Amino acid sequence: MDFRSSDTITGPRSEDVLPTTATAAVKVVIVGGFGVGKTTMVGSVSEIRPLTTEETMTQAGVGVDDNVGVESKTATTVAMDFGRISLSDELILYLFGTPGQERFWFLWNGLFEGALGAVVLIDTRRLQVSFDVIGRLEERGVPFVVAVNTFPDAPHHPVEALRNALDLPDEVPIIDCDARLRASSRDVLLTLMRYLHSLAVPLG
Amino acid sequence: MSAPRRERRKADPELSDPERLYVITGDNDGERAALDLVTMVVSQADPSPTVQPEQAAILRLCRAPLSVAEISAYLSLPFSVVTSLLTELLATELIESRAPIVRAALPDRSLLEAVMHGLQKL
Repeated sequence: MDFRSSDTITGPRSEDVLPTTATAAVKVVIVGGFGVGKTTMVGSVSEIRPLTTEETMTQAGVGVDDNVGVESKTATTVAMDFGRISLSDELILYLFGTPGQERFWFLWNGLFEGALGAVVLIDTRRLQVSFDVIGRLEERGVPFVVAVNTFPDAPHHPVEALRNALDLPDEVPIIDCDARLRASSRDVLLTLMRYLHSLAVPLG
Repeated sequence: MSAPRRERRKADPELSDPERLYVITGDNDGERAALDLVTMVVSQADPSPTVQPEQAAILRLCRAPLSVAEISAYLSLPFSVVTSLLTELLATELIESRAPIVRAALPDRSLLEAVMHGLQKL
């Protein structure tokens, strides 16, 4: 393995070093199709310059073709951008922007199960790319909100039309945002937290 | 709206598909510690000359708390390689790790309130 000498490794900048009390971490996952603005959203609210973690996946085809005895293997590297928000001296929020393609989700076991919730970022010009993601989250019981990244030339649909097209129950929040703006991205996260908070109230 | 409408999924066909792809991560078949992307890691000692370079780099990086994802990013090493290195460091007690707070069946309202409070300060 090609490993750089430890002299050349750049760690966090001095202003990015966490206090020793920072021991409680939570995570939120931002999902959406390619080019929908996941990394933009991570970058606009993160206190650190977004970083990239990667994983290598080896797919071994099993019993899928005729050449018995010949193992077919392909390696794919999948990168995921993430950012960080220090919520207090103890509590740190990590935001992961994950590729929309479902086959990559296997790479990080527990990425969704362990997350407090998810933000589904959509572009109204390409609504279909989010269908599969939403289905997966529903199946896994991961609570999520839908944030519409308002691109200037994208058609604006009333929320109820979007809710109908995405087949979402009334309680799932759908909000507009501008992923480039810190305040707007923060409001998306606050909407998610309020929604999760509402789920903690017993239905009666 | 004329756009196509999403159809609710019935069941995950992959779960019953005998020909589904097997996904194998990493190249180390050994036991791994249960580490999440946001498990926080802190060094318990300075690197000794006998520690391998990657592990020495981790010990230096983690003098202040750092998540596994950040270690992977700063070292430019895949997540599974980092977890393998961390497993050894945990076994020899050169690092300490703290598991993340994960979503529970019943959401923890005081935790969510702490998150909201922190976000409102942004």
